[in-house]
Amino acid sequence: MSKQFLLDGQPVPFEDGQSILEAARKAGHYIPSLCWHKDFPAHGSCKLCIVKAAGRHVSACATPAKEGWEVESNTPEMNGERRGLLQMLFVEGNHFCPSCEKSGNCELQALGYEYEMLTSRFRHFYPDRPVDASHPDVLLDFNRCIFCELCVRASRDVDGKSVFALTGRGINKHLVVNAESGRLADTDFSKDDLAAHICPVGVILHKGPGFAVPIGERTYDTASIRSQKLKEEES
Amino acid sequence: MSAPARKLRVATTSLAGCFGCHMSFLDIDEHLFELVELIEFDRSPLTDIKEVGPCDIGLIEGGVCNAENVHVLRAFRRNCKTLIALGACAVNGGLPAQRNHLPLSECLREVYQFRPGIANGQIPNDPELPLPLDKVRPIHEVVRIDYFLPGCPPSGPAIWKFLTDLIAGRTPRLTGGLLHYD
Repeated sequence: MSKQFLLDGQPVPFEDGQSILEAARKAGHYIPSLCWHKDFPAHGSCKLCIVKAAGRHVSACATPAKEGWEVESNTPEMNGERRGLLQMLFVEGNHFCPSCEKSGNCELQALGYEYEMLTSRFRHFYPDRPVDASHPDVLLDFNRCIFCELCVRASRDVDGKSVFALTGRGINKHLVVNAESGRLADTDFSKDDLAAHICPVGVILHKGPGFAVPIGERTYDTASIRSQKLKEEES
Repeated sequence: MSAPARKLRVATTSLAGCFGCHMSFLDIDEHLFELVELIEFDRSPLTDIKEVGPCDIGLIEGGVCNAENVHVLRAFRRNCKTLIALGACAVNGGLPAQRNHLPLSECLREVYQFRPGIANGQIPNDPELPLPLDKVRPIHEVVRIDYFLPGCPPSGPAIWKFLTDLIAGRTPRLTGGLLHYD
């Protein structure tokens, strides 16, 4: 018999080395995430997958499951903390959904809906982050970056191009383009790269499609991110 | 819903907003007939009353972009038992806040001095004009806000659900796809 732990009272089987999040998703349970991707090692930066395992707060994506653990995830306490994390992500950047092309397909926004975030609560930073429209096919709007490093990892590990990097520390951390000029047009980035399709928010946008799919008919307009992610896991 | 013993008094205003949320409020359509059985309006663009008096509910559309907005918002807070941020701009500054990364003087010069077609343009300096703030702020950064109703604008059904919850004494909750930021 395989090993198992309890997630909100439900038994979840796992194999040695599997993270709590991986095992949960595979067993049809939803733990939210922004920086986690099944094809990459855990990053553990967004903290949305926070769970209480054996009485301690841990990132479910970066914590290997252990036999017999009792894990709390979908509880008012954990979901309240997730809402707080989302609020901090929202005030840290410039997230103006009504004027964002990604609206409706954005995972940050969808998680805001999932956890009923009605206000960003804290004082907004309103950082100054100029856009990069130099590339013929792709626009970079750094205002919405949440530093998940998915584009960094995809470009480096899969596309073999290392187009993106995070630089600076703490409050000064930001996404940069690996070119002398700092412009995307001066790299070998292509719209067919994995990095061009992996952004969970509205930073890496393809020029052209715009609002071809209207607001109101998009991925998370019609289904919750919870059901959408579990459906993706099944397929 | 049975009518409360006394009609609730409701004030509404638009600060740095586009009145889109007020238009959406009117989109509750025939529910307006039910609503007027339950509430009466104080200061609002619908009544043209200029100063807010003691109210049960205040609905604020738009963020805070100038000194007058601050005065109006504080007057609403003083007078309203329950104050609500209505729509994206009141909740997070919205479209007007997208000037926040630019110095205010640059914005004013761009519009009043350097815009193509303007000759001898000057930045307006009439004492009657409220002074713009250096940054546009969501209203919760200026006064305490009791409830937030996001959306650009929040849909008619969302506003109706929110108000009926509130009037019935329930904690307002936007469920079933009524919560939207766009």
